Amino acid sequence: MTRYLLKRLFWMVPLLIGISLISFFIMHLAPGDITTTEAAFNPKANEESRQKLRKLYHLDEPVLEQYGYWLQRMATLDFGTSFATHQRPVFWQKKDEHGNDQKGLIQEALPVTLLINVLSLGLIVVAALPLGVMSALYQNRPPDRAITVFVFVGFAVPGFWLALMLMYWLGVVHNWLPISGLHSLGHEKLELFAQWLDYAKHLAIPVFISALGGLAGISLFVKNGMLDVLHQDYITTARAKGLSENTVVYRHALRNALLPLITLLGLSIPGLIGGSVIAESLFAIPGMGKLFYDAVMMRDFPVIMGILTIGAALTLVGNLLADIAYAWADPRVRRGVMQ
Amino acid sequence: MPRTPCIGMLFLLLSACGNGRDIPPANLDAPYPIEPGGTMVDAMSGEPSGLIPMIAGESAASAIASHIFNSLLKYDRDLELEGELAQSWEVSKDQKTITFRLKPNLKWADGAPLTSADVLFTWQLVTDDKTRTPYGSDYKLVNKAETPDALTFRASYAQPYAPALDSWAGLQILPKHLLEKQDINNTPFARKPVGSGYYRLEEWRSGERISLIRNPASALGPPRIDRLVSRFIPDPASQFLELMADNIDVMNLNPIQYARIVPARPELNKKIALYKELGNGYTYLGFNLRHQPFDDKRVRQAINYAINKQELIDGVLLGLGEPVAAPYKPGTRWVNPQLKPYAYDVEKARRLLKEAGFEDHDGDGILDRAGKPLAFEILTNQNKQREMSAVLIQRRLKEIGIDAKIRVLEWASFLGRYIKTGDFDVVVLGWSLSLDPDQFSIWHSSQNKPGQFNFINYNNPQVDKLLEQGRLELDPDKRMKIYHEFSRILLEDSPIVYLYEGYGLPAISKRVRGIDNTLPPAGIGYNSEQWYIPSPLRRTEISAQ
Amino acid sequence: MNAAFANQLARWGFAIIATILLLALLAPLIAPYDPDAIDVKAILLGPSATHWMGTDGLGRDVFSRMLFGSRISLLVGFVAVGIATAIGVILGAIAGFYRGWVDVVIMRLVDVMLSIPTFFLILAVIAFLTPSIWNIMIVIGLTSWMGVTRLVRAEFLSLREREYVLSAQTLGAKNRRLIFRHLLPNSLTPIIVSFVLGVASAVLVESGLSFLGLGVQPPQASWGNILTDGKEYIEFAWWLSLFPGLAILLTVLGYNLLGEGLRDALDPRTAKNTA
Repeated sequence: MTRYLLKRLFWMVPLLIGISLISFFIMHLAPGDITTTEAAFNPKANEESRQKLRKLYHLDEPVLEQYGYWLQRMATLDFGTSFATHQRPVFWQKKDEHGNDQKGLIQEALPVTLLINVLSLGLIVVAALPLGVMSALYQNRPPDRAITVFVFVGFAVPGFWLALMLMYWLGVVHNWLPISGLHSLGHEKLELFAQWLDYAKHLAIPVFISALGGLAGISLFVKNGMLDVLHQDYITTARAKGLSENTVVYRHALRNALLPLITLLGLSIPGLIGGSVIAESLFAIPGMGKLFYDAVMMRDFPVIMGILTIGAALTLVGNLLADIAYAWADPRVRRGVMQ
Repeated sequence: MPRTPCIGMLFLLLSACGNGRDIPPANLDAPYPIEPGGTMVDAMSGEPSGLIPMIAGESAASAIASHIFNSLLKYDRDLELEGELAQSWEVSKDQKTITFRLKPNLKWADGAPLTSADVLFTWQLVTDDKTRTPYGSDYKLVNKAETPDALTFRASYAQPYAPALDSWAGLQILPKHLLEKQDINNTPFARKPVGSGYYRLEEWRSGERISLIRNPASALGPPRIDRLVSRFIPDPASQFLELMADNIDVMNLNPIQYARIVPARPELNKKIALYKELGNGYTYLGFNLRHQPFDDKRVRQAINYAINKQELIDGVLLGLGEPVAAPYKPGTRWVNPQLKPYAYDVEKARRLLKEAGFEDHDGDGILDRAGKPLAFEILTNQNKQREMSAVLIQRRLKEIGIDAKIRVLEWASFLGRYIKTGDFDVVVLGWSLSLDPDQFSIWHSSQNKPGQFNFINYNNPQVDKLLEQGRLELDPDKRMKIYHEFSRILLEDSPIVYLYEGYGLPAISKRVRGIDNTLPPAGIGYNSEQWYIPSPLRRTEISAQ
Repeated sequence: MNAAFANQLARWGFAIIATILLLALLAPLIAPYDPDAIDVKAILLGPSATHWMGTDGLGRDVFSRMLFGSRISLLVGFVAVGIATAIGVILGAIAGFYRGWVDVVIMRLVDVMLSIPTFFLILAVIAFLTPSIWNIMIVIGLTSWMGVTRLVRAEFLSLREREYVLSAQTLGAKNRRLIFRHLLPNSLTPIIVSFVLGVASAVLVESGLSFLGLGVQPPQASWGNILTDGKEYIEFAWWLSLFPGLAILLTVLGYNLLGEGLRDALDPRTAKNTA
């Protein structure tokens, strides 16, 4: 086991370099760079000044050399500074030569994305557990069917459509919830509790929309896990011993059915830092999805690479955790992989 | 059993906090006296990258920076130049030197005096090779800039440069005392600017909003509204919902919202006033003149005749636009009144194509010449109106036997892959219009290198000469004649097909008063410092957004 | 297959999908108008006897566009997921069967692919190629095979250790025979299920791409771009978003019900219970 772990950890370094190299090349394959997007069609902007910019950012050099510069910086964990926002740090705040602190782009975008994703994941798990268990217990009977149809409708409804409907219904018609943004005007003048409430109100629709789409997957996962477990011998034994149905279901079955859920949660770790550009644009939430999308559209290379690298590292860690959990849960796989 | 129906919980939460907002009891149509104060909220689809206008290129930055900084000159209601920081200006006899006299006792928002040294400093910045600005070229023509005294700034050119005054109206003056020792490219000043304009920055919440507050030291006196808030809402659909919910006061509508939705909703009509202003840009179909058959004027004219501009205006803009025949803002002196757009004339189009050798020889419904069908791709970027225009054009071209495909691209690819490389046939794009008539960089044959603006490769020696003359001529009447002639040749040559000029369609909450509704040439925003919000109509201090 | 129909939900799913496929196939016969016929005098008309689902921003008949658009939306799903499944099954089978360094290499490749966001890959490829409908399908396919690979591999790893496989191996069965006779047929259920579910997601991916303006090129209709066109008028020209929204919802729902039903019916463990 330890050897396996070490091997996987060792693999991560070349993988990360490989991923970053691929990303770097893909990024440069796409036509255009920051100088094509910035002030592109302003007749007052001229080509010489653009060439000047290209030189400053090393964009006139071969891709491999540019990658070299990037890797060199990354070796010291320096994510660099953004082109499009005039040298703001990509990742975390830095002091510039005049002693002024500048906040990093990821530093600003990450918390809200993380919060929404964690809340929505929590909501999903809280909702999916009872739904999945019910489905399994009443398999193919009306409660199961109703739950199945409900979670699938949640998955199948185009998110932005439902989002706009909710924004219209709850925000415009009834004025119950704010439509977009994160803080009301005058937020800072509110008391602490009112501030929290204000923030929560802003997050309600985004979290709900984000959770609805993920509900189907996890509740089915729980259901299938339960079904698997319920048919196993030890459950039959437990029932035969005369334990109450509740004890059987919740003490014995659910606990075992939950193990594979760990795998799934491990796999969703990298997803936690990725936002949905569609949702973030609609709700005017300055999160990771919008940051990445804008960076790609502006060809803001340092930001693209920063987000991709952090995402890749998290994915690798998440995969590793998922694999370990999976092997731990299923002895057959453990034997297969970790001999 | 942990059976917590989250959905139910959510709705419980919703109804619990659904206390509504106090609707302004006051009558939105009643007259109120002028009084200062209040907050006006607008929505922007993008966030500025910084607030130093010469560094940040995007329109969001200049929209906000224009409240914070001043230029030497500005355009008034009728688009004539007037002094902003400058009290007066004088052009020398040989037309090579401009002397500006600043207003006395100007101050920066931090109290420091604003003098000609700041103007000189700004000029040095914008022309400095180390400054990452795309806007330097106009100012580099100044070969000597000097400040004989604290209120005088003098710029000398090697030869007369007609767009010079316009260029000084575009350069916002920055404070020397705060920027002198800073690296302009990444100074924190960009996020906490100090200017001389009506407002100063109050708060910038990244990704959410910028609030500006009245600047007591404003160079031009106090504005009436206390606070301007710009919220960043990327999606226009969300912006409109916010407008309907009365959470924002100002927004630019699209034609459908303007002509269909608002009129159909009495409750919106009660809250919102609609305005109309002349657009400051036009949409066109441009030919790549390097490619056959667009090197043939008859083909270009034929396509021009085959496109029904009125149909485009009706279909894409719901009638909220005008046909154009010259690349200038309608109503300004630079528009040659004799020019008329190409009429929609299918017969003429067919005849011209036949003259150029295009006929349907093989009977497949597509015209061809020397075995090659008349087929091409119309390229445009992700812009709903341009996309719709392309669809309408495609259908009209099909009727005369031209096979056009449409390709819609994301902006950076569009520029990087197609425009820069010159690898395109036909584009649907727009040009925004500056107030100076000089369009050297767009039409002069020397401006056709990759990345320059004459990417369609227009080359007409006559036009080149007129453009060169126009830059040297400072007499407005003579200049006007030059550009009238230039427009005439351009229309005749048809290197682009003018499609339309859409109106700007701002919707503003009726709580905002003092708006000039007489269709001012400069647009309704020219006197926004005179706008006011009567106190009975103001939002409560802490509104539920 | 009969067992699948024991499940009522799967039957519903099948009925929905069959109806939609039929409508897509018969689109030219049913559509009352040319889907691209523009009428600037009939912009954004509500549903009526002449235009069952109203008209769009250029006066085109939404019902006809929905019918023709269904072809695109369904095709995207099938082709994209077909590509992904093919790649996934091949790589997953190889990794799960041969194990050792082959497995390591393939799984690390999966890791790499999973680490680069699909959206970024799609964007880069679309920027580089042309955003045609075929390219979009290929790109979605090439960027979504990792799940199937993991699934098939896990299935193979697990099946390989079963007694009947081990005994077949000791009896001298060739690898090819092992893979095609024993392992693959027994992993078919999850593959079919993941195919059906994948088609459902691809329909949603297409609508998402349309939302970002990266979908099919105009004037071609897809459910995604009709829906996107309607988003600015969601409470006014509701027909522009309601009908494509419902169509997407029904299709995705149908595929999911079918997929889950198939899983229940084909899975020996649960089938026992239903019988």
